[in-house]
Amino acid sequence: MTTTDDHTGTQGEQHLEVRLRVNGMPRRVELPVRRTLCDALRQDLGLTGTHVGCEHGVCGACTVLLDGEPVRSCLMLAVSAEDHDVTTVEGLTEPDGRLSPTQQAFVDCHGLQCGFCTPGFLTTISAFIEENPEPTEEEAREAVGGNLCRCTGYQNIVASVLRAAEIQRERAAEGGAA
Amino acid sequence: MSTRSFGEPVKRVEDPRLVTGKGRYVDDIGDDRTLHAAFVRSPHARARIRDIDPFEAYEVEGVVAVYTWDDLEGAAAEPLPLLIPHPDLTHPRTGYALARDAVNHVGEAIAMVVARDRYVAEDAAGLVKVDYEVLPPVVGLRKAAAAEELVYDDIPGNAAAVSTQAYGDAATAVADAPHHLTFEWDIERSACMPMEGKGVHARWDAHEEKLTLWTATQTSTGVRGAVSAKLGLELTQVDVVTPDVGGGFGVKIVHPWPEEIMVPWAAIRLGRDVKWTEDRREHFVSSAHERAQLLTVHVGFDDDGKVLGLEVDILHDHGAYIPYGLIVPINASTQLLGPYRPGAYRVTFTSLYTNTVLVTPYRGAGRPQGVYAMERTMDRIAQYLGKDRLDVRAANFIQPDEFPVDFGLMFQDGRPLRYDSGNYPALADKLRALVGWDEFEKVRDEARAEGRRVGIGLGFYVEGTGPGPYEGGHVQVLTSGKVKVATGITSQGQGHQTAFAQIVATELGVPFEDVIVTTGDTRRFGYSVGTFASRGAVMSGSAIALAARKVKERTLRLAADALEADPGDLEIVEGMVQVKGDPSTAVGIGTVAVLSNPLRYAFDEASKAATQFSGGPVDYAKPPVAPGEKPGLDETDYYSPPYSTFAAGAHAVIVETDPETAEISILKYAVVHDCGKMINPRIVEGQIHGGVAQGVGGALYEIMAYDEAGQLANASFMDFLMPYVSEVPTSIDIDHLETPSPLNPLGIKGAGEAGVIPTTAAIAAAVEDAEGIPIVRMPISPSELFELRRAARLDPLVNTMPGTASVRWVDPASVLGGPAATTPTISTESEARA
Repeated sequence: MTTTDDHTGTQGEQHLEVRLRVNGMPRRVELPVRRTLCDALRQDLGLTGTHVGCEHGVCGACTVLLDGEPVRSCLMLAVSAEDHDVTTVEGLTEPDGRLSPTQQAFVDCHGLQCGFCTPGFLTTISAFIEENPEPTEEEAREAVGGNLCRCTGYQNIVASVLRAAEIQRERAAEGGAA
Repeated sequence: MSTRSFGEPVKRVEDPRLVTGKGRYVDDIGDDRTLHAAFVRSPHARARIRDIDPFEAYEVEGVVAVYTWDDLEGAAAEPLPLLIPHPDLTHPRTGYALARDAVNHVGEAIAMVVARDRYVAEDAAGLVKVDYEVLPPVVGLRKAAAAEELVYDDIPGNAAAVSTQAYGDAATAVADAPHHLTFEWDIERSACMPMEGKGVHARWDAHEEKLTLWTATQTSTGVRGAVSAKLGLELTQVDVVTPDVGGGFGVKIVHPWPEEIMVPWAAIRLGRDVKWTEDRREHFVSSAHERAQLLTVHVGFDDDGKVLGLEVDILHDHGAYIPYGLIVPINASTQLLGPYRPGAYRVTFTSLYTNTVLVTPYRGAGRPQGVYAMERTMDRIAQYLGKDRLDVRAANFIQPDEFPVDFGLMFQDGRPLRYDSGNYPALADKLRALVGWDEFEKVRDEARAEGRRVGIGLGFYVEGTGPGPYEGGHVQVLTSGKVKVATGITSQGQGHQTAFAQIVATELGVPFEDVIVTTGDTRRFGYSVGTFASRGAVMSGSAIALAARKVKERTLRLAADALEADPGDLEIVEGMVQVKGDPSTAVGIGTVAVLSNPLRYAFDEASKAATQFSGGPVDYAKPPVAPGEKPGLDETDYYSPPYSTFAAGAHAVIVETDPETAEISILKYAVVHDCGKMINPRIVEGQIHGGVAQGVGGALYEIMAYDEAGQLANASFMDFLMPYVSEVPTSIDIDHLETPSPLNPLGIKGAGEAGVIPTTAAIAAAVEDAEGIPIVRMPISPSELFELRRAARLDPLVNTMPGTASVRWVDPASVLGGPAATTPTISTESEARA
């Protein structure tokens, strides 16, 4: 992390150069120290898939994975992500372009309507099914208990969690067979 | 994928894009050169502005401009438009793009700061000094109605409108009825609260003198008209593009929001892209709310519970301004009737100013309030007569052979309230089976024997959907064989791109995957009204179907020339035109599109067929484009209905209330729904799920907690209790009825709002049934229920239905074998349970 006081000639705002890995790629970005991680991802790195719904850590739309763990990127300063691995919704897609199990499950189960809260659900659920590949419906419900959605009434999101785990198991079996 | 996809639960074409982060919402637009706006908003509910001093804000490095009302000129400085005038709206008042000399609610925009980034803009906004003379605010319906304090000195009684509609002599009918009762029903404020707030991005091209505005709106053409009028531009100088929108639910149909004027206004003056993205607190205090109404009902009925006369007086809180006119109270006062036709009816609403955020339609748009009053009244009639609640409703249902039913009232679209079709007894039969109505008494008794409290509630509704004036559709077959479709309405998650592609694939006979739909872009379709009132599928769906039929007719005619066949002998199968049953004759519709456009110059292999020496059969007596024909295989058509089409449905809910904590849990939720022919049942069910969740929020959790000073005390997601997954029913049982509408070519009715409409009524009834205590005020929280229990025990008079001392309610404690009703201790609850 390099301090560049008044690097851009702006008064009052301290800038820092931050190095982080985003979706597997090393990125280096210079930004004001007060910039939140979600704003840095969206504005400085052009990854607009992460959405900001409340800016106070309640809705979960901005959830990204930090070293594989879900975090609210609106509650975290970008400089705090120095040397960490960040995964956004863009990074969930398989390397060959195929939808991830969670992404595919949302398509299969009509797990989204407007799509605004969806990236936060997708990151959260992706981490969850890694940890719990065979969730019960109750566990699936619990897993999405911290994310708000105003469109779906959650019925198809819970179904999507179960379907995501199922697809992940199917793909693991295919992978194992191959 | 089959071409006959209408009616199939196909997966949405929108989703692969949205689940991979490739959606494009308004805040996703812009680059490093884009300037960012922040607004200075009033901290007071009612104040005069003595002075605004932006000097310190200008001192902040990175600030480009600070604007106040004094900077505005022309129409931009005039009040914002009254969108829907009405003869009864005698005292309309709208706000300004920036407050002129007064503010009338907390959150009203006063100044705009434009800066290098949003952080800097907000820093500077905090430094704009505003000198206020604070005035006493009017908050709450009762205070507004009492009018001891006025929101506007020149508006007597705080009333923007007093409006009466009636058929028959309701007062006499009530008075002469064998039985009559009076109730007051009270419903609180809530709000749409989409996950994405509002947002605007403006780009001014000084060379072309053209403005492009991206905005999270429910009406791109409405914004276009309003912005061009306010900024002094010709309509053709403004394009409004609605990108992906993160939910609307009504709040985004209002336009122009102050920011939709100010952001392009600044972009034109600064010659730079300017954007503004609403934050959550801004959304709470400056975007519209809804619901708050007090409804007083006088009902007269006979021994069967048939309503002979009904008089309703509604107090409606519309907040500080009334740009959207009287739509919400008109809906409440007409749709209150639901599936019933009382012998005589009179309704009067008074629309009152308060120093709070304006009130405009939120999903349901007045219907939840009206349905709440009517359905609870039906419950009370049944209770009074000792009859089954479903039986009393059945005694009042409009029968299937009575349609069309014209009430002699005017609906919210300015046209007669005229039900086109429906089958309400069939809905009731389905609901009875789905929820297990007939078995429930046994369930309740068994639960009570175990010390548990369960109750069941009902809510029936009729919803006028698909109001005019019109929508249009453009369907174009490209030479590639792909079909491009455009319609003016915007999308906020309804799956329009999928549903409209299903319609076109089915009408035209092309693969579903080949149909690509654009919505809400004035560059593609300039004539439109907007997405509201459950009208998208009905209006644009019908228009697109009509346009597709015209394209089909022309395709067959053009192909007939090429195949030297009669158009009547041709069919389109999977995008190929062929003689019926003879695939060997097949010609792709892309080829027909080539032939439809006579060319001089070939631009690729396929287009050679349309050039002048291509050697096909030519009738030299006719010009290449025959009279009455036109080049290209595309058609536009419009759909404009004489009346709205009326969908209907019924909900039933079983709740359990905790004897100690008064927590209210939903055990079962059942929905029977009739939106005519369904285009995509998967999407319809998704709409119902979402509506029910919002209904549950409105019934049990969501209020706008204004204090006496007009401060919104719960303006965050921490404090405004929007349902998480833990608050919604674990399953929603849905059954469908499909009563086609005779009004449109597809037989469809709207489905978007239905899920939310009867939810408050049904849940209130279920809690009342579980508790044996009258529930009149919604939403109801556990602590409110706890207090109602206590009050019911302390004061036996409370334990009667309002307006009638003749009906005594069974004390839940006595039902449960506990101490007598009047035992004045809190501990009786747990004792009763024990």
